[in-house]
Amino acid sequence: MILSEQKPFDEIIAYLEKDKNVFIVGCNGCAESSGSGGPKQVAEMKEKLTKAGKNVTGAKSVDFLCNKALIKSELKGRIDQIKAADAVLVMTCGIGVQCVAAAVNKPVYPACNTVNLGGSRGEWEGIERCYECDQCLLYHTAGICPLTACTKSLVSGACGGASNGKCEVSPDRDCGWELIYNRLKERGLLHRLNDMIKPLDHRKIAPRPEMMSTPRYGLENPPKAETKAEEVKS
Amino acid sequence: MSLQSKLESGKFAVSCEFGPLKGTDTHEIQENIEVLKGKVDAANVTDQQSSVMRLCSLVTSALCVQGGLEPIFQMTCRDRNRIALQSDLLGAWVMGIKNVLALTGDLPDLGDHPQAKGVFDLDSVTLLQAITRLNEGFDMAGNELTGKPTFFAGAVVKVDSDTEASAELQIAKMQKKIAAGAKFIQTQAVYDPKTFEKFMERVEKFKVKVPVMAGIIPLKSAGSARFMNANVAGIRVPDALIEKMDAVAKEDRAKTGIQIAAELIKKMKPMCQGVHIMAIGWEKRVPEIMAEAGL
Ligand code: SF4
Ligand code: SF4
Repeated sequence: MILSEQKPFDEIIAYLEKDKNVFIVGCNGCAESSGSGGPKQVAEMKEKLTKAGKNVTGAKSVDFLCNKALIKSELKGRIDQIKAADAVLVMTCGIGVQCVAAAVNKPVYPACNTVNLGGSRGEWEGIERCYECDQCLLYHTAGICPLTACTKSLVSGACGGASNGKCEVSPDRDCGWELIYNRLKERGLLHRLNDMIKPLDHRKIAPRPEMMSTPRYGLENPPKAETKAEEVKS
Repeated sequence: MSLQSKLESGKFAVSCEFGPLKGTDTHEIQENIEVLKGKVDAANVTDQQSSVMRLCSLVTSALCVQGGLEPIFQMTCRDRNRIALQSDLLGAWVMGIKNVLALTGDLPDLGDHPQAKGVFDLDSVTLLQAITRLNEGFDMAGNELTGKPTFFAGAVVKVDSDTEASAELQIAKMQKKIAAGAKFIQTQAVYDPKTFEKFMERVEKFKVKVPVMAGIIPLKSAGSARFMNANVAGIRVPDALIEKMDAVAKEDRAKTGIQIAAELIKKMKPMCQGVHIMAIGWEKRVPEIMAEAGL
């Protein structure tokens, strides 16, 4: 289980400043349970964006956005809608956004932040990883997470240590920043390399205190006082 | 003349660097100061280089100020969070330290305390932003300072890259560093003036230009050159230079290494605004290299 929360709408609309046509993708997995990106939130987002003057070319919720094969097959019927969009807004965790960014040849933006659950991470098959930093940066990095794809978690750009595209710290891995560069270039987004990223808010990267005791934060109602008392009686 | 006034007035400047030792014995530092003062414009003091614990660069830089050698206080983001970084910067200014070189820093794994927690609360770019903010009289949180510094901040850039992505990422990051407040750039060691020329052609096109000091590491032996080629990203010693080092007798190696360094300086001098000589153990021979290069 991965917990995501919607970013403030202002942040989302700022991402779309130069993009008129948007395709929305939601997730019927964790994002639906999180209340951040299921069919209901996708419909709400569609309405909000339309009100804000955007043209939503289409919207689709996929069962599990952490599965790239599923994304490809589920979005097959929507190719024209996606082609008509300037950007794809993905309403789910960092993994899902990265998977859509890998599968769809368009600028892909995160609509959610991924909240640190303090150790109760889900499992998925892909190579995408998310630190649950709660301040998702995927907009700036072409949908490749700089915190996990770069061994040093650099957010301001490459360290310069890569050799032949491989990371200086872990030579068996591709340099995450070179992957980001190549993807930005491929999608015509190289100007994003100049985005100044604020220093990370480390309060957000540490799990919130309540996460340490309830891994299913917000998904499971805390036992009501009466029920507890009854249980004690019986 | 200070490093800042020299670079700002368009004059050619020379810096070198040395690292404090592990322990409280400061003899070596005092010797370096004596040999280098009046010769170089400034000396970088490395900050726990390669993540090996040593006497701190802040105090060593202060010793340089006292001894009459202008320091460039190197500061990495590995060991301090933004509170300690800003606090140490204020302390540095109080001790008369004017130049700061902002670096992200290596991971602790590389050094002699691999178990240590790497901090990396900031990185080279955001540290430069913090320095700029302090210069404006505010801390990163926007609180006003009582008494403010006017640091001359610098940054490091790699010149040689093996992929297009790597080269473009370096250029983009250099521009970010300048936008964040870097007023001078020292480069990673260069051995091929042609590569440097190409790099400088790109830099000349920047909207905001800052002085660039070309990095020089004198070769000690063919073996050390091969080692750097295999292990240090961005350093490429051409085969011709390695062969040259290989060909000389052991006792002439140092002389040849210094000659090569001096020739590189002569060739690159017209393209840039200074050289940064990283002598790595040969700090005391920096004046010799300079003399050979006609500086
Ligand atoms: S930037 Fe990376 S770690 Fe942060 S939420 Fe996005 S994918 Fe996760
Ligand atoms: S080589 Fe690339 S992936 Fe590795 S630490 Fe440097 S920037 Fe990050």
